Amino acid sequence: MGQTVFRPAQTGVMLKRRNGIWLNRFSQGLFVLLGLLVVYVLGRAFFQNPSVFVQQVLNGLQLGFIYALIALGYTMIYGIVKLINFAHGDVFMVGAFTSFYAVATLDLHRWPAWIFTGISDGVMMLIGTVTVIILTMAVSATLAVVMERFAYRPLRNKPRIAALITAIGISFFVEYFGALPFVFTNNYITYPRPFELSVFSAGMIAPWIIVAVWVFFVISVIAYVWLTYLSRKGNVQAQTWKRHPLLQFGLLFFGFMAVVLTLTGVEIQTGGKVWDLSASNVTLVIMGGSILLQVLLQYVVSHTRLGKAMRAAAYDKAVARLMGINVDGVITATFALGGGLAGAAGVLYATAFKQVHHLMGIIPGLKAFVAAVVGGIGSIPGAFVGSLIMGQTEVLAAGFISTPMRDAVAFSLLIVVLLVWPQGIFGEPPAEKV
Amino acid sequence: MRSRNFVMVALLVSMLALSACGGGGGAVKIAILAPLSGDVATFGQSTRNGVMLAVEEWNAKGGIDGKQIEVVVEDSQCSPEAAVSAANKVIDQDGVKFIIGEVCSSASIPVSEIATPKGIFQITPTSTNSSVTVNEDGTTKATIFRACFIDPFQGKVGAKFALDSLGAKTAAVFLDQGNDYVRGLAEVFIEEFTAGGGTVLVKETYTGDDSDFSAILTKVKDADPDVLYLPDYYSTVNLIAAQAKEKGITAVMLGGDGWDSSELDRAALDGGFFTNHFSDQDTRTIVQDFVKKYTDTYGAPPDALAALAYDASNILFQGIDKAGKADPVAVSQALETGTFEVVSGNISYDAQHNPVKSAVMLQVKDGAVNYVDTVTP
Repeated sequence: MGQTVFRPAQTGVMLKRRNGIWLNRFSQGLFVLLGLLVVYVLGRAFFQNPSVFVQQVLNGLQLGFIYALIALGYTMIYGIVKLINFAHGDVFMVGAFTSFYAVATLDLHRWPAWIFTGISDGVMMLIGTVTVIILTMAVSATLAVVMERFAYRPLRNKPRIAALITAIGISFFVEYFGALPFVFTNNYITYPRPFELSVFSAGMIAPWIIVAVWVFFVISVIAYVWLTYLSRKGNVQAQTWKRHPLLQFGLLFFGFMAVVLTLTGVEIQTGGKVWDLSASNVTLVIMGGSILLQVLLQYVVSHTRLGKAMRAAAYDKAVARLMGINVDGVITATFALGGGLAGAAGVLYATAFKQVHHLMGIIPGLKAFVAAVVGGIGSIPGAFVGSLIMGQTEVLAAGFISTPMRDAVAFSLLIVVLLVWPQGIFGEPPAEKV
Repeated sequence: MRSRNFVMVALLVSMLALSACGGGGGAVKIAILAPLSGDVATFGQSTRNGVMLAVEEWNAKGGIDGKQIEVVVEDSQCSPEAAVSAANKVIDQDGVKFIIGEVCSSASIPVSEIATPKGIFQITPTSTNSSVTVNEDGTTKATIFRACFIDPFQGKVGAKFALDSLGAKTAAVFLDQGNDYVRGLAEVFIEEFTAGGGTVLVKETYTGDDSDFSAILTKVKDADPDVLYLPDYYSTVNLIAAQAKEKGITAVMLGGDGWDSSELDRAALDGGFFTNHFSDQDTRTIVQDFVKKYTDTYGAPPDALAALAYDASNILFQGIDKAGKADPVAVSQALETGTFEVVSGNISYDAQHNPVKSAVMLQVKDGAVNYVDTVTP
């Protein structure tokens, strides 16, 4: 009694109104025409100047991986608490500032050199950078947990809109609290990178590295195909191994690496003109970092006790509590994980763009949120795929359609996806509750 | 209620009468309207410091025609509302006839609309919007002046420098569509650069919120221009320049006075040039004297805002001296006909009360900003 009945959403819900069939046909036609126009514009751009087109795709890839790191936090918190944490972008900002102070004021990225004199620069940078990222993740995770404890937990059993509005309030609070001169600053600060940037272009990467990356990728693919074959035949062990995080990491990481390194490292010629493609080490670090964190997150959610508790709490909090799960603890852990991811994204974003300021979290936060919705909010692979789509949309729109329209096109993506797949690409249709 | 209103009116009238008496004494009263709090507080502090230095110098010399200069300082917060109430206060209550300020165009324009009908003299050190000195119908406001050049001028100087000194044939221009300052510089640059025989290969717009410029920079790399004109503030220029270096773009970067900041990313902009109002490396005696005095007094070298405020004060005081009396209309006429040697060059005024003067071209090189040249269009 009094229960609302939800029917599973079907694709193309909005186009199946009972009356107005001509209007439906017309709007479907418009969609198709618009799609064809986009394909035509991009296709023409590709054939006119393939090297510029491929470079734009590489640019979009870097942007997409940054969005992925932020979107993972959004989607995870939504998945468990059903809360869109609008302050997530500000946790990201605090992360960027934390790493700024760690690098610029404390010189923390050089700490191995204080203890081990004579350590090689490369090793020092690697250890130092990882230290900075871990410290930042810890600070951001703490901030997210504090937010949850004092702002969201008291509203847990109130209507969901209350928590949403609080999230917006917290977001403004963090932004303008950070602008105060004794907290951070309201100025735009140049960020000193923890490691030097270097740009790879044709001929700068040793061929054996490219070959090795391809070999690892091919091994991962063969292993995946073989395990799929075995599990089809009913081998239970193969089914578990197929979902092993190491295999997923191998597929994704070496796949993307192989493509990017081949494109930038091998001289490609068309029509007597050498393709001038380049990617920087920051792009590769961002790529590696977001794939690693994404796979780790999926491992935590699907293979650990904490993950099991998270999934149970997401499914039904009351019953999970009856089963002896500490739901408050699980939610705190979720916020800590999400905050940590946002912090890591903050470090990588600041490293890529070399600037920090107190409002830097707003736009990337919004775009990552859209990416999470496009991929299906609540789904981890969805956030990843949605972010890559978002990055490509933005860069290709800016590059080949019109620069002032890049944000308009990017946010229109949200509208189109919500109309066509209301639950997002990877999202599960709302469960039937009777 | 009625009696309280009556008391208020009586108070106001008596205050007005008193202040009118005070203004007629043996001193010249001036007011500084500057943002001393808020986002751009540092602009206001530099402006105040520049004016106070000039006032101290003149008073030490015995004042203007034997009259000492008195200063009223008001915080106008770079906002139209605060500037209007501050302007009303200094005019009606303090009996000030000469206003130096505001810093921001958005606040200077409403102040000029109060000052003009009341016959009050106003000189803004740094407001670049053309409507500060010009009415909507195109007539010049009789007693309103400025000490800085206006936006289109910098675009013109930039284009001239690119063509003549750098020998550039091709250019790329980036502009923020939503920012009048950036658009003003960029459009004039394109016009002058094309008129001077150059070609603009790429013209791309972005929005103030963007932080990823890889898409438009890829286009620039493909077009390979000689110069890249970036007439935005340092915050955006830092982002674009860092990404341009990473993309391997070798074009010389050019910009305007928006680059003038200690936060400018000098490593990323190495080899770039920008137009500015003044340079503390300028060898003229007047500049070196000013820099030394300012540094001794305030413990830091002057920025362009302090220099322009110092200039605005000196123009005003020299104008009063030349006119022979502290009367706004007479001073305005003195300014229209005279030439004034100040820190930012030799200034004379055109029909729209904009200074005709030169700009300095500065270069970012090896972590420092160096004086290159003085450009007169």
